[in-house]
Amino acid sequence: MNPHATIKPSTARLAAQSHFRTLRLGTPFQPRIDALGLKQDWYNWAGYRAPHSLWDEELEYFAIRSQAALFDISPMTKYRIEGPDAEAYLDRVTLRDVTKMKPGRVHYTAWCDDDGFVLDDGTLFRLSPTRFRLCSQERHLPWLLDSAFRYDVTVEEETEAVAGLALQGPTSFAILRDAGFARIERLKIFDLAEFAHDGASVTISRTGFTGDLGYELFVPADKALSLWDRLMAAGELRGVRAIGYTALNRARLEAGLIVANADFTAAEHAIRADRLRMPDEIGLGFMIDPDKAHFNGRRAILEARARKKLRYVLVGLEIEGNIPAEHAIVYYRKSQEVGLVSAAMWSPMAKRNIALASLQRPYGDAIVDDLWVEIYAMRELQYQKLMKKAKVVPRPFIKLDRRTANPPADF
Amino acid sequence: MTSSDLNWDAIVIGGGHNGLVAAATLAKSGRKVLLLEAGNEVGGAARSEEFAPGFSVSAVAHLLNRLHPDVVKTLELERHGLTVERGDFVPSVALFKDYPLVLHGAYGEVLTGASPSEQSAWKELRAQLLRYAGVLKPFLSRRAPDLGNMSLTEMTGLGQTALALKRLGKEDMRDFLRVLLMNVYDLLDEQLSDDRLKGLLAFDATLGSHLGPRSPTSLLGLYYRLAGEIGGLAGAQVQPKGGMGAIVAAIRAAAEKAGVSIRQASPVAKVIVEKGRAVGVVTQSGETLRAKTVVSAINPATTILDLVGPREVDTGFVRKVRNIRMKGDAAKLHLALDRPPQFAGVDAAAHKGRLVIAPSPDHVERAFNPSKYGAFSPEPVMEITLPSLVDPSLAPPGACVLSAVVQYAPYALKEGWTAGKPRFLKAIMAQLETYAPGIGATVRHAELLTPADIEARYRMPGGHWHHGELQADQMLMSRPVSGWSGYDTPLEGLFLAGAGSHPGGGISGAPGLNAARRIIAMRA
Repeated sequence: MNPHATIKPSTARLAAQSHFRTLRLGTPFQPRIDALGLKQDWYNWAGYRAPHSLWDEELEYFAIRSQAALFDISPMTKYRIEGPDAEAYLDRVTLRDVTKMKPGRVHYTAWCDDDGFVLDDGTLFRLSPTRFRLCSQERHLPWLLDSAFRYDVTVEEETEAVAGLALQGPTSFAILRDAGFARIERLKIFDLAEFAHDGASVTISRTGFTGDLGYELFVPADKALSLWDRLMAAGELRGVRAIGYTALNRARLEAGLIVANADFTAAEHAIRADRLRMPDEIGLGFMIDPDKAHFNGRRAILEARARKKLRYVLVGLEIEGNIPAEHAIVYYRKSQEVGLVSAAMWSPMAKRNIALASLQRPYGDAIVDDLWVEIYAMRELQYQKLMKKAKVVPRPFIKLDRRTANPPADF
Repeated sequence: MTSSDLNWDAIVIGGGHNGLVAAATLAKSGRKVLLLEAGNEVGGAARSEEFAPGFSVSAVAHLLNRLHPDVVKTLELERHGLTVERGDFVPSVALFKDYPLVLHGAYGEVLTGASPSEQSAWKELRAQLLRYAGVLKPFLSRRAPDLGNMSLTEMTGLGQTALALKRLGKEDMRDFLRVLLMNVYDLLDEQLSDDRLKGLLAFDATLGSHLGPRSPTSLLGLYYRLAGEIGGLAGAQVQPKGGMGAIVAAIRAAAEKAGVSIRQASPVAKVIVEKGRAVGVVTQSGETLRAKTVVSAINPATTILDLVGPREVDTGFVRKVRNIRMKGDAAKLHLALDRPPQFAGVDAAAHKGRLVIAPSPDHVERAFNPSKYGAFSPEPVMEITLPSLVDPSLAPPGACVLSAVVQYAPYALKEGWTAGKPRFLKAIMAQLETYAPGIGATVRHAELLTPADIEARYRMPGGHWHHGELQADQMLMSRPVSGWSGYDTPLEGLFLAGAGSHPGGGISGAPGLNAARRIIAMRA
């Protein structure tokens, strides 16, 4: 006799196990995005179904630069950090000085483990003296909770509860104004404020990932669709378009911004010891403030600086020609491997062939001459190997006055 | 000039024996050292205390079996009143009905009460245990090897160990590696047949840890014990005259001679940290004392989480420190008796020794079982000494002191120690009555220190006398936490010197000495 009781399938049990039928979660904006997703070109963003491109990646990119682009950032990991010790807590967890950050401000920051290796980068929003929102690519709840030991602070993940939209491009300001967000013009770059929306409130910050004039909007998930509709309606005559990640990725590269696990490997993801990166090794050294209170990784970072143990450097490259050098190997004197390109494109705005690359010091740091990239250009089932000269150039690759202009221009 | 204006070379927090050893060693190197003790007396768990009018006892540690020879030599303890002679060695007695078994000399150089075949089996096993413990000995006394950053001396030390291992010969080396992480129960089964002897060894291997004889790695506890020595002989033990307090007094005398300033009743509230560097302390009375070096010879978790505070160190380090397992599983019993007890079948000389109730390895294992689930042993195992037989001044004339370490007594007793303590005492007394009939009627006063009591009285979190379980995962490079086993901490100028650091607890002085040597070596 079978000693195990037979379990009969029941509708209730099947219903409870139906999670596997949803391969990727939808965001609160999914009904709108699905309707526009003509290309059905999806990727997995932190478990969510996100579009690479909705209709045409070239035109989506130019929507960012010439009109306004609406990009769903809901899958971004969001933490609500609140309490009397929230400021001190975040000052210890993250690199930059949080005590100098005023309520109503946003800053770009990063955080490290004990060995000074970067766990992630992200944006920190100071919503009030005691309330913050931390946004990042990866999930960090165990780290954030363990860091909260002996701080009077609560840390909660609010990724699902809060929907996020990026509205980027020259006409973004005019669209928000026309949508009725009164006094939106008072927001300077990295400012944030609360605005009424549909019986609730939406947090709008003048931030973005494009190097362009732009805003990010955070709203309770159940008000997401009405916010989308409000922006689309107001933006109709100003050329607002929904876009996917491919277009955004180009804009961010022109702006010289880096992406975790694309341009550097986040410490908790790295399997190989030499993939770990300190802030100084990925261009985030400017965040280190030896004079602020203790922060995670401080000892290791300052020691690495003092003992000259920094091994890598992340640089912007300008490459001759117009073939993108995506994932090309970087050489010194055409022969010695010294690094790798992590992102590359022909920049329509800069009219230059640009790239981000990680190099082994001293190359890219003390030695910047005679650098080359080897591009494998696929030409009808054959690689054409191109050895192209690369020049280390400052980032960002483009600088748009409209990004920071006050008041923002009415395009 | 007030004392606050004084700048000390080193401040040592905690006047337990390791703190005293560290302070004395640092002072001997020419440093100006201040030692701050929270209690009214130095000595920590090595104090002698009066627990009933006229009755004194070694508070927690009651046998001296591992005071490190380098400590004795460095501090010249013999000139400060420490004497250990061969005649002071006391035997270990495995109690069993009225025919106990006795290990004489240094851990059973001679075994009596056993069959001839068992005697020869023991001779072989003892030699093997001491040989293997001898290989580990350098590891269990020096600073643990710093894997990332090994110095030449450390390399040489490691080389010597490799050489010692090689000297064992092929067969022996293989066997050493085979048994290293074994459980003591299976090893004893392989080689011995007398349950009394096996029970005693099973008890010794698990004494002071949350392990039963059948728990993997329990053999390490026996190696740890046998890596200790006293009077030049591994495995030997003495009952110090005047109790453990006399040993502390000798170390204290050495410290004072070396110029250490000792302040009692001065609990530290906070370690002052400036820009990642420990620069002094604030006492609970509010006094600020600054120093070039701060040495904490108290519990590592207390040091980092309470005195330094998690805000001054990194999250990963705090995580490791919070995860140090340190829930004690042993209680201490002190009895004031009208007259010396008579343990069945034990002669007068053996009464001065260590009397162990652990009739079989199975008995020890069964005693351990309930502690896994938050209950004390209904038939506890224990190690008994009668210190007043060695030093009559510890009790009124004709009366007797009994001191016993009793297992298992889990720190987090499910029913709580308020309710559990009287019941546990009853269980202990029932055991004692079996082995020393009539003892119950002679008890004038009984003091039972549960891990909760030990925690409160001796500031040992979890009531754990090793300040952290002494098991494979919390030894050597992983003690107190991985990455920081070399007495230094992520804070420059702050060092750990207590039993929570490598090699561990017991009255050895090794952590204190090693920490001081580390500090001296860093500055040199």
